[in-house]
Order: sequence, then C-alpha cells, then structure tokens
Amino acid sequence: MPVITYREALRQAIDEEMARDDSVLLMGEEVAQYNGAYKVSRGLLDKYGDKRVIDTPITEESFTGIGIGAAMAGLRPIIEWMTFNFSFQAFDQIVNNAAKMRYMSGGQFKLPIVFRGPNGPAEWLSSQHSQACAAFYSHVPGLKVISAATAYDAKGLLKSAIRDDNPVIFMEAEFLYGLEGEVPEEEYLIPIGQADIKRQGKDLTIITFGKVLHTALKAAKELEVDGIDVEVIDLRTLRPLDEGAIIKSVNKTGRCIVVDESWPYASVGSYIAWFVSNRCFDMLDAQVELVSSEDIPMPYNHRLEVAAQPSVEKIMAAAEKVLYLN
Amino acid sequence: MADGIKKYDSALLCKMLEQMVLIRRFEEKAAQSYGLKKIGGFCHLYIGQEAVAVGAIAAIDLTKDYVITAYRDHGHALAVGMDANVIMAELYGRIEGCSRGKGGSMHLFDADKHFYGGHGIVGAHIPLAAGMAMKIKYREEDGVVLCFFGDGAIHQGSFHETLNMASVWKLPVIYICENNQYGMGTDFRRVSSQPQLYKMADSYNMPGIEVDGMDVLAMYDCIKETAEQVRDDNVPVLIEAKTYRYQGHSMSDPGTYRTKDEVASYKENDPIVILNNKMAAAGLIDDKQYKELDDKCKKIAADSAEFAEKSQQPDIKTMYEDIFA
Repeated sequence: MPVITYREALRQAIDEEMARDDSVLLMGEEVAQYNGAYKVSRGLLDKYGDKRVIDTPITEESFTGIGIGAAMAGLRPIIEWMTFNFSFQAFDQIVNNAAKMRYMSGGQFKLPIVFRGPNGPAEWLSSQHSQACAAFYSHVPGLKVISAATAYDAKGLLKSAIRDDNPVIFMEAEFLYGLEGEVPEEEYLIPIGQADIKRQGKDLTIITFGKVLHTALKAAKELEVDGIDVEVIDLRTLRPLDEGAIIKSVNKTGRCIVVDESWPYASVGSYIAWFVSNRCFDMLDAQVELVSSEDIPMPYNHRLEVAAQPSVEKIMAAAEKVLYLN
Repeated sequence: MADGIKKYDSALLCKMLEQMVLIRRFEEKAAQSYGLKKIGGFCHLYIGQEAVAVGAIAAIDLTKDYVITAYRDHGHALAVGMDANVIMAELYGRIEGCSRGKGGSMHLFDADKHFYGGHGIVGAHIPLAAGMAMKIKYREEDGVVLCFFGDGAIHQGSFHETLNMASVWKLPVIYICENNQYGMGTDFRRVSSQPQLYKMADSYNMPGIEVDGMDVLAMYDCIKETAEQVRDDNVPVLIEAKTYRYQGHSMSDPGTYRTKDEVASYKENDPIVILNNKMAAAGLIDDKQYKELDDKCKKIAADSAEFAEKSQQPDIKTMYEDIFA
C-alpha cells in the first residue's frame, strides 16, 4: 500500500471529489496561486482553474458566508481557513447561518459545505494562533464535526464530508500535515460518526481525537512495558458522537482516560468524561480522568507551551490514578 | 401625472397596487394578532415600506432570479407570491407555517419561489446573497440576486467585506439598502460617516444609486434597468431606497425617538396613495374598484389569521427534525 503524507491524503480527497462532481469548489486565502498556506491544495489551480480553486481576500466572515449562500443555492464549496484561529472571524456565519438554515426553514435547504483547516497548537505561536477549537463547534447542533489524526482517516473522512449534504467542520493540524501513513490506491470512504479503535487493549481505555492521538499511542506503548494493556479509541467524528464505541470499550476495560488538547472547562473531553461516568457507572473501577491543555492562554515560550499541553507523562500520571498504582 | 403611468402595463400596476395593499392589511392583522398574543417574540412590520419590496420584486423574474432579506420580511414574502396563509401560520408558530413553526416572523422561506429568507442577524445575510450570485455565475445562468437590508446593516463588516468581493468577482447581485432612517431607535445620520449611503458603492468600484422608496414605480424602474445592466455586465450594484416605517422597529417599540410631525409628514407621502392617485388620474382605477381591491386584501389577511388559528401546533417530536438533511 502506498505511504503518503496527511497533506497529500487531503489533496487526493479534494482532487478526487472535484473530478467526480463539478459542483465542488475550493475557496480560501492563498489556496490557488500560492498553492495553499500549508500546500494542501498544491496543483489544484492548474488542474481545475480559477473558477473552481478560488483565492479570497483576508475576509473570513464574508468568504465563509459566500460559501454558505452558494451551498444553499446548490454548489458544494470547501472553505479553507488558514487556521481555525481565524474561523472566529466567521463564527457568526457558521453558528447562525450554516448550522441553522435548514432548521429555521423547516427543512427547505441543504447545506453541503465543508469548513477545513489546521486546528490546535503548532509551536512558537503564542495565544492567538494556538487554540484548539473543537468545543466551540461541537457545541452547536446542526454542524457535523470531524477531527482526523491519520492520513488514512483524513482522506476517507474528507471525501465523506464533501459528499455530505450538511455543514461539516473538518479539523486538521499543522503538525499532522507531514505525517506519513498507508493510504490505499483504490477509492474508499470512511463514514462520518464512526470512532476507530487505534489499539486494542483490555485494562484501560484512552478516548481521544486529533493529533494528541499520537501522544496517547506513545503513552500506551510505555504502559505496555509495565504490563498494562491499553485500548485507544480515536473518536474521529466529534458530532455526531459514536456513543456505542465508547460504551463498549469502557464496559470492557472498566477504566477510562480522556485526552483532549483543548482547555478543560466545557470541552469535548469534559463532556466525554461526563458521558462515560453517566453511561458506564456500574462498570467503572475508577473515576474517569481528563488530560487536557492547561487552563491558560498559550504562552510563546517553548518550554511553557509544551508544558501547557497533554503529554505522555501526563497521560501516564492519569493512568496511575485510574489503575491505583500509587 | 397621468402621462408617465401610461408606459406601464395596467395589469402590472394593478398587481403592484394590490400587493402593497395586501402587505398593509396583512401587517395590520399581524399587529392585531400580536396584541392578542397569538404571535410572540419579535415582530417587525413593513407598513410604510411596501413600495420597496413590491416595486423591486415586480421587476425581476423569479424563475431565474433570487430574493433574500433580513428580519422585516413579511412584505418580501408576500411580494414573491407566498401564500398569506402559510406566512401567518408561521407567525403563529404552527406546523402549516412555511418553516413548520421553527422560524417565526423573522425566518420566512420559500426555496421553490427562490425566496431565501428571512434572516435575523443584522447584515449576516449579505454574504449569503453573494454566494447565491456566485452559483448563478458558476453555472452561467442569467439570474440576479436581490438582497434587501436596512440602514442599520450597512455599517456591519459583512457588508463591506462582501461588496468588495462581489465587485472583485463581478457577481450578479443587487444590494438594496432600505433606508427607513432608523436602525432600531438610532437615526442613521447619528451613526453614518457618509449619510448618503449609496455613495458607499464608490469604495467598491461599483455603481451606487439613490431611489425614492416611497414610489413603487421609481423602485420598479430602478430595479428593471439595474437588473438588465447586471445581467449584461456582471457588475454588482448598490441601491439606497429612501423609505420610512410607520410603526416602531418592532411591536415592542413605541417609537418615541421620532416626532409625531415627522411620522405624519411621511404618511402624506404614502406609497399606496401615490400609486392609487396616479392610476385614478389615468382612469385605471376608481374609488369603487379600489374599495373592492382593499376589501379583497382585508379578507385575505383575515382568512390567513383564521387559517393560522386552525393550523395545528407542531408535534413535540418535530423539534428533532430538519436539523440534518
């Protein structure tokens, strides 16, 4: 099976869907002539032309809203935000227009649109450019929310998102773009709303999503040395949530750690922790632990910013708690 | 006075007069139902501004063109030909309302009639209109989009961002600022660095036109000509329609920020009276015919309230419907 980068997987997904359906187009800052701020759209302008691969001015509110209007009228736009930090400029369009138009019209409109870009901290970028935005969007009924952590998942889920008739928030990460992984040559789709067991285990469940999946997998490997068999669930879709996969795993292991790179308060992670406590109460052998970012704006200093985020050490410490090792 | 009107098809004139009267009578009935607490929440009446929506929408072809507006939307909904019954039922929050009781007064929609709402966040629908125009251009269709908004919306970032992009991308959209002179209780002159709002088009390298929004024929002519130009040239246009609302901003607003004299002076310039007088002078309508037309509209309005009253409350389970396609 070919090994490609996460970036290339996204590009293949967009390319294949644009070839398949002429109502699909890509809009955003630097997506065309510059080939994408993170080069996800490299080559697409040459292939599809400036009618379908469209550079916008730096006006997130309006190009996001224009995409929503175009989707109402029957196109299938992919809106690229240079980062999710800039999506707040367009927050009203997402929350008040994309998420509610079908509902407020009594089902008269479809909103086939994807909003995508890198989410969460990279490094050395300070507070305004290092935010993990999953909770903001997952909070809103009317949106589907995806966070893909591998090249394989990125391609299969982005293709599904483009084909979906609803607004889909699709979260990537700067640090994932260069990550390599196996991606089949033949076409495949990954259904929205299905979690994936990235590692089977019987002693402890770690539930996570996005780039900290890889931190969780490292922690699981270290715990294996101590004879602890960890199951790692990658949610992949945050809304709608694969409740069945969570319940099944935690009922099997009886212990659960949630790892979310967002802030802890009112986050996806804190919701999952509540959900597990509520649904798996009788099967739990320990309280659920949440490993999140610290509850602070992100500092610029590298030592501080690393310390602010989930780490293997923090996950190990949480594991010791739920396993009563100390 | 009679000469100028002869260039219009009499059926068109009758249609526009009837639509304006229907809007007036419908809004009066809505106000009455609101007073009876049959309608709740925000309810923004269009009385006084009828000529803007009626004249503009009469000048386009809804088989290929589109209309989108803000929350003062009952008049536009009637002008695109939506049934008064389903509009009133929506105001009543009933299942037979156009939005199944989920939108209410501010969120009327009719996708088939190319009426794309009914939007509640000031200025936030302005980008949507450009997106609809983008689809027209992308599919190489012949349509235009009419986007109505108020003088309160013109200072939103969404307006300025979108006009820039609509101009750069040459989108077939006509932005119609209904300047009724008060953004809620704020006189637009107090908050506008450029009180001649149509001149804001200059910044975006597109035509800006001022038109008398109390004169339905002026509105019709303006949009007819502009729409042809937009179809041909693919250049967006900004229109400022000078108009006036007789009522408060919404049903809860007594409108104390305006003098009685000011309101009275605009009522003398009533859009329905202006057109009726012109038609009467040209022998196109007499008092008896006007009364028949008015009675017909009163009946449609009364019947719509009766229809809404009889329409069912939505079943609880419907609240989980229409979230996803």
